[in-house]
Amino acid sequence: MAPPAEVVHWMFGVGLLFLSLCLLAEAIVGPVVWRHRSWRAYLWPSLAFLLGVLMWPVMVFYTSSAIHMLAHSAWAQALMLVGAAQLGLVRGKLHNQLWELTLPVALVVSGLAFLLHEQNPWFFSRSAFLHHALGWTLVAGSVIALGRAVNPRSPAFNAGFAVIVITVAALLFCDRNVAPIFGHLSPLAGAR
Amino acid sequence: MDAELVRQRARARTRHTWRHTAVSALGPMTALVGLIWALVQPYRITLLDPDKHSFWYLVVQTPLLVILVGVIFHFWVVPGLLADLEEVEERSS
Repeated sequence: MAPPAEVVHWMFGVGLLFLSLCLLAEAIVGPVVWRHRSWRAYLWPSLAFLLGVLMWPVMVFYTSSAIHMLAHSAWAQALMLVGAAQLGLVRGKLHNQLWELTLPVALVVSGLAFLLHEQNPWFFSRSAFLHHALGWTLVAGSVIALGRAVNPRSPAFNAGFAVIVITVAALLFCDRNVAPIFGHLSPLAGAR
Repeated sequence: MDAELVRQRARARTRHTWRHTAVSALGPMTALVGLIWALVQPYRITLLDPDKHSFWYLVVQTPLLVILVGVIFHFWVVPGLLADLEEVEERSS
């Protein structure tokens, strides 16, 4: 009944791809034009929050190990925190710009969760490779997100962050339950 | 004088900035990537062979979803964004 893990990754990839297009458009036109209509200002924080909410069913239904559950719940909380903080900032309920730091913190948490819950080496399988790649992409992306938090109007940091999200979406699309990576596939991963 | 103003506004409207072009290209470029992906990996389009695939693989066909994301972005987000961009650029020039 529950979708295969690779299908779940692809669905999150679709959500992140749309999110990245919004972020890229915002980086191109600038925040003044982007926030000209209020629904657009709320779009990406709402989407981030929604992705966090949708991560809870993933945590509940994909209980292959305790570390998987912990990782998925950490992502759910991190995404919801970012979405809620950004919604608060856009709405004007939150005034302290330190709330912008929730984004780099969430990326570090997500990156570490990816790295810690993947217990196999890089070339064990494509899935293992992608988990390592996603983890390090998010950790590296947190540096760009930190720059964005310090200077929210910087087109370079905004575009850089959008590119990070596009990269994450592309990596999620590459996921397969059992598939080789650069010709490597461990027999323990299900290779025949 | 009025005719001159009208001409200037019309010229400003037709002179698209690089921002205008870049935002307009995002959706079609995304859809194009999805189309190329579908051509490179046709087995990802499970509708071509529906009997071999289960429900979730028929629902989530990634190249088609990438095309759909590009289309939705282009027709839902971009038109209003371009109108606002033109308005702000006209006001600032």
